[in-house]
Amino acid sequence: MSKNPLLPSKELVRLKVNGRWREDAVADNQLLIDYLRDVAGLTGTKMGCDGGECGACTVLVDDRPVLSCLTLAVRCAGRSVETIEGLAAYSRPSALQRAFHEKLGTQCGYCTPGMIMAAEALLRQNPHPNEDEIRGALAGNLCRCTGYVKIIESVQTAAEAAR
Amino acid sequence: MNEVTAQFEAERRRVPLIDGIEKVTGKALYTADLNHADALVGRIFRSPVSHGEILRLDVSKARALEGVVAIVTGEDCRHPYGVLPVAMNEYPMARDKVRYRGEPVAAVAAVDAATAQRALDLIEFEVRELPGYYTAQAARAPDATLIHHDKPGNLERQVHHTFGDVAQGFAEADLVREVNIDCAEVNHAQIELHAALVEYDPFTERLTMRSTSQVTYYLHLMLARCLEMEQSRIRVIKPFVGGGFGARVEVLNFEIITALLARAAQGKVMMELTREENFLTHRARPQTSMRIKLGMTKDGRMTACEAEVTQRGGAYAGYGIVTILYAGALLHGIYDIPAIKYDGYRVYANLPPCGAMRGHGGVTVRHAFEVLVDRMARELGFDPFEVRRKNLLHAPMRTANDLTINSYGLAECLDRVEKASGWRERIGKLPRGKGLGLACSHYVSGAAKPIHWTGEPHATVNVKVDFDGGITALTGAADIGQGSSTMVAIAVSDTLGVPIERVRVIAGDSAITPKDNGAYSSRITFMVGNAAIDAAKNLRSLLIDAAARKLEARPEDVIAEHGVFRVGYGGQSVLSFDEVVREALVDEGTITAKGTFTCPPEAQGGKHKGGAVGSTMGFSYAAQVVEVSVDEDTGEVSVDKIWAALDCGRAINPLAVEGQIEGSVWMGLGQGVAEETRYLEGLPAHASMLEYRVATSAESPPIEVHIVESIDPNGPFGAKEASEGALASAPPALVNAIANAVGIDLDQLPVTPDRVVEALVERRRKARREAMRKAAS
Repeated sequence: MSKNPLLPSKELVRLKVNGRWREDAVADNQLLIDYLRDVAGLTGTKMGCDGGECGACTVLVDDRPVLSCLTLAVRCAGRSVETIEGLAAYSRPSALQRAFHEKLGTQCGYCTPGMIMAAEALLRQNPHPNEDEIRGALAGNLCRCTGYVKIIESVQTAAEAAR
Repeated sequence: MNEVTAQFEAERRRVPLIDGIEKVTGKALYTADLNHADALVGRIFRSPVSHGEILRLDVSKARALEGVVAIVTGEDCRHPYGVLPVAMNEYPMARDKVRYRGEPVAAVAAVDAATAQRALDLIEFEVRELPGYYTAQAARAPDATLIHHDKPGNLERQVHHTFGDVAQGFAEADLVREVNIDCAEVNHAQIELHAALVEYDPFTERLTMRSTSQVTYYLHLMLARCLEMEQSRIRVIKPFVGGGFGARVEVLNFEIITALLARAAQGKVMMELTREENFLTHRARPQTSMRIKLGMTKDGRMTACEAEVTQRGGAYAGYGIVTILYAGALLHGIYDIPAIKYDGYRVYANLPPCGAMRGHGGVTVRHAFEVLVDRMARELGFDPFEVRRKNLLHAPMRTANDLTINSYGLAECLDRVEKASGWRERIGKLPRGKGLGLACSHYVSGAAKPIHWTGEPHATVNVKVDFDGGITALTGAADIGQGSSTMVAIAVSDTLGVPIERVRVIAGDSAITPKDNGAYSSRITFMVGNAAIDAAKNLRSLLIDAAARKLEARPEDVIAEHGVFRVGYGGQSVLSFDEVVREALVDEGTITAKGTFTCPPEAQGGKHKGGAVGSTMGFSYAAQVVEVSVDEDTGEVSVDKIWAALDCGRAINPLAVEGQIEGSVWMGLGQGVAEETRYLEGLPAHASMLEYRVATSAESPPIEVHIVESIDPNGPFGAKEASEGALASAPPALVNAIANAVGIDLDQLPVTPDRVVEALVERRRKARREAMRKAAS
């Protein structure tokens, strides 16, 4: 039987998304961002460019920040993927989410999910970062609204709250 | 202080965005997030050449491809669209001619993205190439081919305005100096990509458009025009929008194309543009060349100014006429200059069309002016603060070009940043390579004369109260992240004396909310804010009447505050808000009160041609100090800190005002340091977020904000705009700081390391020549 060249081959992938195991037939060439948005229905993860330039699509894979627009979904088999939706346990915003809200670390909100996930990864590794460490950890996430001032302050506030 | 303002003052606090929780939890739905599982995928076929006559466009092979549902071309829309009724010269897809590389020519709606892409590859397109012009100079050459047949010299518009006696002004000057300054084209680079989701219902012949727009009303008008549909059959909804900065302040080709596709397909189409296509859609700040001449007396008074400004506007009109008028108008209204002559030239070129960008029209001229002021002050031996203080205005006043200035906090802005930056103690005493620079700027709080003049109020807001006691404010104002819906909630809740949690804001849905002109020229706080207060006052008076009935008192004796109604402070009779609402609804049912705001004719500018541009009810004012370190070996400039003060009249929400000032200062700094579009024969070489250099958190400086409140007599609670005024002083403060640090005068933006090194080398050569001459003599 000849295979339709337009249809990529798929494999059954088992991965954890925001704490729940799920199993999907995933095309070999499907990007993690498309899997999350189109298959899992988690549209909190945003697309801001076409390939790893802006950081808006940042999610966590096994606690590490990755660009979901540059990651194949099949590479996440057996791993734990976390998105912005997963941070709010039972809809209660996390300390970082609260801080970004209260300190106006978000304006238009489009870079916010990626920014918060990058900050989350930082705080898991380094719960009490100094300003330079925060600036460094978020340097792959572009924001066009805030000048980063209140973003830095939001991360500091969340870190402080955890003390 | 009136009663409403007093109450507002007492309750003022830092209010997070009313839609902030949705944003931080990922629940906020932007256009691309809306359910479109059942939608067709739209894709655009774009011109591969910069300038040419279309000889053949054949979409038959594409149309025959399985899975292609609709194809549209220039033939499907015979109406040009645009911003100004007098300057609509752009079609959603090219007809007869293409004028820039990347201009839409045709579009496909298919069952999936791969099919749509394959269909594009099957489109056959033949063009007879014409010469392409990529600089204003080349486009203006006497023998240049016309980009638009009705625009001789490829000039979109020239402006010649003289106010006051310029010759006399220069004659009275002790020092006259001139600079030639060039600012690169920049782009908004908002992080959300353009997208539109359009549904056409063939049974009702109705069209619903959801788009990343800042101006849903104008989009509504242009859809009706281009699709030849009744306006009443169109509904435009603004989902969450991920930034604008002017990118979405005019109707964009892809929006109309998506609507055309949806109608042709008799269904639903989702169009998501790539980052490269966002750069091709452009509509941002044009490359600008300026010659500015200024006269000054030896005691530092400005006597006359002459400015010649050339903007390379790109292939279509867009906002061009407004931009070139703003550049002249905004020479006025910040300093006391008795005579100003302005010559502006807006030139067509074979590049993506420019448009409005934050600080529209004023940014590049302000840059050139503030740099020149500093150089002349240096020559005359004045401190940068001193020379500016000698030329301040005094409100209320009318400028030479008939702009009204009702409040003016620039003097206090200067005081605040001078003190905060430690200017007096530090200037001239910093180590080599470090420097401080100052500049000032201003901007309008809404264009006092709308582009589309209908005689309606400038803003209308409805507030509704029903059995549940909840208050719903309805506004067409487009919240694109600046927090306008939060501002409306504060205005309504504070005027009614109820907690903000009792107020919901529904914004940007033409089927539900009152018309609004949109998010541009920083008009929303001033105009929509005033309309919201007016609506809430009207509702309050209905509630007070109801409370008076129930309390058997006269309405004028009823006090409404902290969510309750009472007569006097000592009495026992207190009614809860819900009780009063129930009383008000008796025999009435659901109550909707309306509020409006209109700029009076005297605020709408002078009678001269183009006099409406620049007119506003209130100017914001800003001063900022930038501290830099310059590496003299590499030419690298790092900004160590910025102190920025803005007179926003009154900060209705200090948290949001700070956010706007930080963002605008930072965006201005980006234009100063690194941002720049580049085209190779019309091909964008900058069309990604790697090539277009937006500053990251690692190289962005701390920004210390100082809010100055001049209490504007007409602003809502005394407020003026807060999000554009501070932008334009960032680039000149930067360039002035570099001059202070290493003694070089830079005439080009951005100040990239190569330009800095070039200037440093030139300075060394000059010094060597000087030394040799001295040794020889």
